[in-house]
Amino acid sequence: MAEGTAPDWRPDASLQALKLRADILAEVRRFFSERQVLEVDTPLISRHTVTDRFMQSFAVPGFFSRQPASTGYLQTSPEFAMKRLLADGSGDIYQICKAFRRDESGSRHNPEFTMLEWYRVGFDHHELMDEVCDLLTTITGIRSRANWTYHEAFRHYLETDIGQATTADLQALANRELGDVPADMSRDDSLGLLFAEAIEPRLAPDVITCVHDFPASQAALARINPDNPEVACRFEVFAGGMELANGFHELTDPREQAARFEADNRSREASGQPVITPDNRLLAALEAGLPDCAGVALGLDRLIMLAASAGRIDQVLAFGAGRA
Amino acid sequence: MATYSTNEFRNGLKIMLDGEPCNILDNEFVRPGKGQAFSRVKVQYLLTGRVVDKTFRSNESVEAADVMDTNMDYLYNDGEFWYFMDPVTFEQVSADAKAVGDNAKWMIEQDTCLVTLWDGNPIAVSPPNHVVLEVTDTDPGLKGDTSGSGGKPATLSTGAVVRVPLFVQIGDSIKVDTRNGTYVSRA
Repeated sequence: MAEGTAPDWRPDASLQALKLRADILAEVRRFFSERQVLEVDTPLISRHTVTDRFMQSFAVPGFFSRQPASTGYLQTSPEFAMKRLLADGSGDIYQICKAFRRDESGSRHNPEFTMLEWYRVGFDHHELMDEVCDLLTTITGIRSRANWTYHEAFRHYLETDIGQATTADLQALANRELGDVPADMSRDDSLGLLFAEAIEPRLAPDVITCVHDFPASQAALARINPDNPEVACRFEVFAGGMELANGFHELTDPREQAARFEADNRSREASGQPVITPDNRLLAALEAGLPDCAGVALGLDRLIMLAASAGRIDQVLAFGAGRA
Repeated sequence: MATYSTNEFRNGLKIMLDGEPCNILDNEFVRPGKGQAFSRVKVQYLLTGRVVDKTFRSNESVEAADVMDTNMDYLYNDGEFWYFMDPVTFEQVSADAKAVGDNAKWMIEQDTCLVTLWDGNPIAVSPPNHVVLEVTDTDPGLKGDTSGSGGKPATLSTGAVVRVPLFVQIGDSIKVDTRNGTYVSRA
């Protein structure tokens, strides 16, 4: 491998890739400036972090004072702080910042990465999906677009009706498509693995593919579709064979938000993971009133990979985790 | 018992699966949306050579395989086993036909071979990339004939058969690339 040959004080990315990176950052800022979306900058380290069962944040003990209880957390996304700004009346906002996630390392993952996150007041997830596509077209020149619901994508690419398929059917499908997979996977484990490894590679690389209406069990912080309780108002956007963005028509109900924090913590406890104290400032902000809005997080490093035709995230980072 | 977490996986790591030592050929971290993360790996079972795609849940632990590659001198073959000696400790090990496989035809006494040991026992043997062997049988061939580019078969002292140019004669020593079994030059 190339990493083995170049001395490790040198950057991972070529100067050409770094220049492309700078150009894209400037273009993204121009895109939002033209649309009167305000750039904001929220803390990378906060007292609270996400409760997500499958996401681990890095703790920074003693960040706020010498007291042992004053742990700070490197943020896995700026979502909570940005929603507090929205609740205070900021209007449309965007942020370009570093985000940190433990145990995420690979050809498309670096534990520290650059995220572009933005919120549009009064948008629903379909309007925001359109805006994500506009941004991707501006940066990459790709104009073709495809839209699938999560359900349609499984039917089209894997000839499976996930409404009918049992957990055992999905496990068998994963075995058939992907070889030896963990036994007794949950329904969402099988769906997620099949989506990422059997559907994503089949998406046309030169088309922007939007997938929406995720199963309600994978709602994360999206509201549930009021007309169909089985699906969440959540979408993901793909291009170049990569997942680029994940967005929601945001959940605004503080009671529902508190209930999801609790549900996350129950499953964390059941799987032996530490319980996370819910962010009471986010809950207070929702209580005060989060305006109806849609928000999306986009992996900027991956967008730069796509523009640079890079196969590995290291190729667009000055220093990947291996040389940090 | 040593174990590895999936986030320690890297190419070349040796792990135990189904009671058999395996080599990780390829490893990719996968996180579908906001769900459970996985490690998708391509592994080669070292005893049988078969290659399998396997998916682990992220942070799952897998038993480490005590597998090491070590340079050893090939001593002799007693008809059943091939004997090798560690040049530093002088410790000897014996490899069976399964471990030596097709490489038996490149085994030359005193050559340094790469021996793969699992729990101290040889499971694979790689000869040097190039060996020099004597031609024991080949058609005399016509001197000066340059029309045929395919050469002719020659049997070497170990029983190996390789294609050689027409000018190579019985009794010549030739250099052979053991990785693909091709003639390199006269030695």
